Amino acid sequence: MNQTMGASIIIGLRQELMIIAIIFILLVVKLAATGFRNEAIIRLANLLLLLNFIAGCFVGPDAQLFSGMFHTDRLIVLEKDMLNLGTLLVSLQAYDWLKGHRQVTEFYLLLLSTLAGFFFMISAGNLLMFYLGLELSTIPLTALAGFDLEKRTSSEGAMKFILSAAFSSGLLLLGISFLYGATGTLGFGAIAQRVDGGAFMTFGFILFLSGLAFKVSAVPFHLWTADVYEGSPVPVTAYLSVISKGAVFFIFIQVLYTAFRPLAVNWYHMLILLSVLSMTVGNLFALRQDKLKRLLAFSSIAQSGFILAGIIGSSRTGEASLVYFILIYIFSNLGAFGVVGLISAQTGKETIGDYRGLYANNKALSWILAISLFSLAGIPPTAGFFGKFFLLMAGAGKGNYVYVGIAALNMVISLYYYLRVVKAVFMDKSEAPIGKLKIGVMPNIAFVICVTGVLATGLVGWIYDYIFSLSTGI
Amino acid sequence: MNLSILIALPLLTATAVLFCREIRTVRWLSLGGVAVQLALAVVLLVRYWAARSGGAEAAMLFTSRHVWFPALHIWYYVGVDGISVAMILLTAFVMTAAVLVSWAIAPMGKEFFVLLLFLGAGAYGFFVSLDLFTLFFFLEISVIPKFLLIGVWGSGRKEYSAMKLALMLMAGSALVLVGLLGIYYHGGSFDLQEISQKHLPLETQRVFFPLLFGGFGIFTALFPFHTWVPDGHSSAPTAASMFLAGISMKLGGYGCLRVAVFLMPEAAREYSPFIIVLATIAIVYGAFATMMQKDLKYMNAYSSISHCGFILLGIGMLTRTAVTGAVMQMISHGLMTALFFAAIGMIYDRTHTRLVERLGGLLKIMPFISTVFVLAGLCSLGLPGLSGFVAEMTVFIGSWQHGGGMYRLATILACASIVITAVYILRATGRAIMGPVTDSQYSRLTDATWNERLAAVVLCVGILAIGVAPFWLTNLLGPGVNSIMVHAIKAVTIK
Repeated sequence: MNQTMGASIIIGLRQELMIIAIIFILLVVKLAATGFRNEAIIRLANLLLLLNFIAGCFVGPDAQLFSGMFHTDRLIVLEKDMLNLGTLLVSLQAYDWLKGHRQVTEFYLLLLSTLAGFFFMISAGNLLMFYLGLELSTIPLTALAGFDLEKRTSSEGAMKFILSAAFSSGLLLLGISFLYGATGTLGFGAIAQRVDGGAFMTFGFILFLSGLAFKVSAVPFHLWTADVYEGSPVPVTAYLSVISKGAVFFIFIQVLYTAFRPLAVNWYHMLILLSVLSMTVGNLFALRQDKLKRLLAFSSIAQSGFILAGIIGSSRTGEASLVYFILIYIFSNLGAFGVVGLISAQTGKETIGDYRGLYANNKALSWILAISLFSLAGIPPTAGFFGKFFLLMAGAGKGNYVYVGIAALNMVISLYYYLRVVKAVFMDKSEAPIGKLKIGVMPNIAFVICVTGVLATGLVGWIYDYIFSLSTGI
Repeated sequence: MNLSILIALPLLTATAVLFCREIRTVRWLSLGGVAVQLALAVVLLVRYWAARSGGAEAAMLFTSRHVWFPALHIWYYVGVDGISVAMILLTAFVMTAAVLVSWAIAPMGKEFFVLLLFLGAGAYGFFVSLDLFTLFFFLEISVIPKFLLIGVWGSGRKEYSAMKLALMLMAGSALVLVGLLGIYYHGGSFDLQEISQKHLPLETQRVFFPLLFGGFGIFTALFPFHTWVPDGHSSAPTAASMFLAGISMKLGGYGCLRVAVFLMPEAAREYSPFIIVLATIAIVYGAFATMMQKDLKYMNAYSSISHCGFILLGIGMLTRTAVTGAVMQMISHGLMTALFFAAIGMIYDRTHTRLVERLGGLLKIMPFISTVFVLAGLCSLGLPGLSGFVAEMTVFIGSWQHGGGMYRLATILACASIVITAVYILRATGRAIMGPVTDSQYSRLTDATWNERLAAVVLCVGILAIGVAPFWLTNLLGPGVNSIMVHAIKAVTIK
């Protein structure tokens, strides 16, 4: 009996255990093999992450562990594996920045701790578990934000991140305690049965929702985003904008579709407001940014607004489109950040002005950047087009065409700032354009994966279909 | 005939070009690709005729369907009727000419041809799509190549124009997107034929018709959304101008007809006064604005606004003849404006100016190019024997069939604008082509090269084929127009 229990725990937790095992291996390497060069450690870590990703592709049985605290099903396994892939890409792209860094092993330890935290968060069936997972990831993320040890902006970013994270955690906790007070339970299933829509309960829910909105940087809870993104090292920014955001969205939709399903009337309107604000404000602020990291930060705020459309859809299409879009978002945003990170690590240049005439010497990098940006803007044949189209399709499901119209116009606004970058790269002439940059093997692999993902994910129909078949909707 | 080849061939050519090293191979490969495509388009025409005369009754022929996103009922669904065949022929002609005139493009010739071919693939895909999602996909696919072609290889305020064009067309797409989603949720499908049989309720039509017609209208320079046309067309390199004015603007007209009018005939009937007013303004305003232009490319761009007004006028009139005329005008204007831009491009390449006042006596120096210029001009002002006359005449006759004071007035105004067209065309010809040679530098210039001659000949063949013997085209368009108009005419009788 005990043996089977143990086995089922191991199978249910296999993705989390993999991450923890990698953390231990790296710890041992750090302690035992001090003579390792940076590059060897990076190679080892990437290899382990690759194995981890491949292992994640195998589907296991659905499981409920610890009396419903932790659960996993095929969709969750897929979501976690998407995060695995994203982490692998971030790690591959971080090569140029990491190889000269003093604390390479620590970087991976922190990175993987956050990932483990996200995994527990996504699998949570209980608000307490959710909160634990979230906090497990927040603390190492702060350390990562300050990982450019010599740079003051990096420490500043870390400081801002921990303050805002503490604030949002406070909101979340307050909301959770109110919800507990109102319903007497923390389990998702039980909450759904006891939700009465009373004022106290609704207030708790609004606090909880605000906390989540903070984490996905939806307007008006976005104020930390730009500064933290700008200060952090590029790979960490990429991680924050893709993995961290994706993970929170995965649990966001689950919580709303299960625990707070009875409150759908309430959150439908709240989310529309959040979504419209995020898209509009994010886009308008992005228009005038000259630093690419800030531009991508505001663009990621706007993208959050679009992703919310999937939740607003309150349907199976909505859930599938959200997961599908995040997969695409991983490829496109990491493609863009990969180029920015590579250029930043090799030349230290990070503004649009510096990118003028990039095409003259770096054809491949320019095309990767352009394709990624077009995907973010939602232009076919890149996958972003399909992602955005399906999100808006889900958003229109309840007949709110005004909302969809606003979203569609926001796509026009966003095209402007993405094209500004493309214009600088392809059209502007510069007297001293960035010289020919060397792309290492590992960033190259990452770029190939990103570009393939961006070009193929949309055109290959069965990917969406597979995700749809796993989704349950509301 | 498998229509997917039409989309795949340009893409394959573009991919092959991508791997070429020498610019010579790039050119010949691109030319080979578009030439085969032209041959395919002719084969398609012949086989379409054969099928129709063999008694094929279906509205769409050569259809093929593959499920793309089963969960969302999205299909890759292609097929053609006469209208699509005509548009495909137009695209093939213009693309061939566009590749030929870009022979000496520099720098980055390879990238240029790849983007141009990619642009072509999008247009073919658009014209064969029978699924609204597929159609929208191919409509938007052109944003990237258009932006880059204008911004990198253009002239003048190219970055500004590229940005303006991309954003305005994207705004058009945004309207279309909302309209499509509305149709999807009310009609339950993206399949054009299926939705048209379901008959959308009038309230739905009232909301979504303006979105779709306006969205597609932006592509075809619907007043007041025409402002991207002058800047975009003038700044673009010759081949891109040819494509933009010749094909891209027709995507809008085709979309208005195939999607908006076909699916929502009652709303089309209700909104037709608005369409006609806007189209008439575009025709008259475009013609007057052309008179004020000093730059040849701006001239042709404004005259395109005026001529595309005829397309919208014909569609707005909703009579069988007028709609047939509108489609003929799409084809005719596509060929004519491409020829015009090609001629202007050839002149500009030699004289490095497009200002009418600086040019003069070109007929003596470059007789071939000047003849082409005059021919395009005469086609534009509607000389009998050329395609412009046939198309515009059909639109006028069709419009006149529509009774009612306002419709009559619009028709008269549109007819009158031909006079203005004659003024600006003849004035520019007199100034730039005839007369004494103004600049002694010009006397050293050479006439068209072989590739330029071939490009002009290809387009002239099209213009003459429609102008001299228009009946093959009317017969080709007939069934397609009928199947669209059946709904619109039913819509009237229901009311």
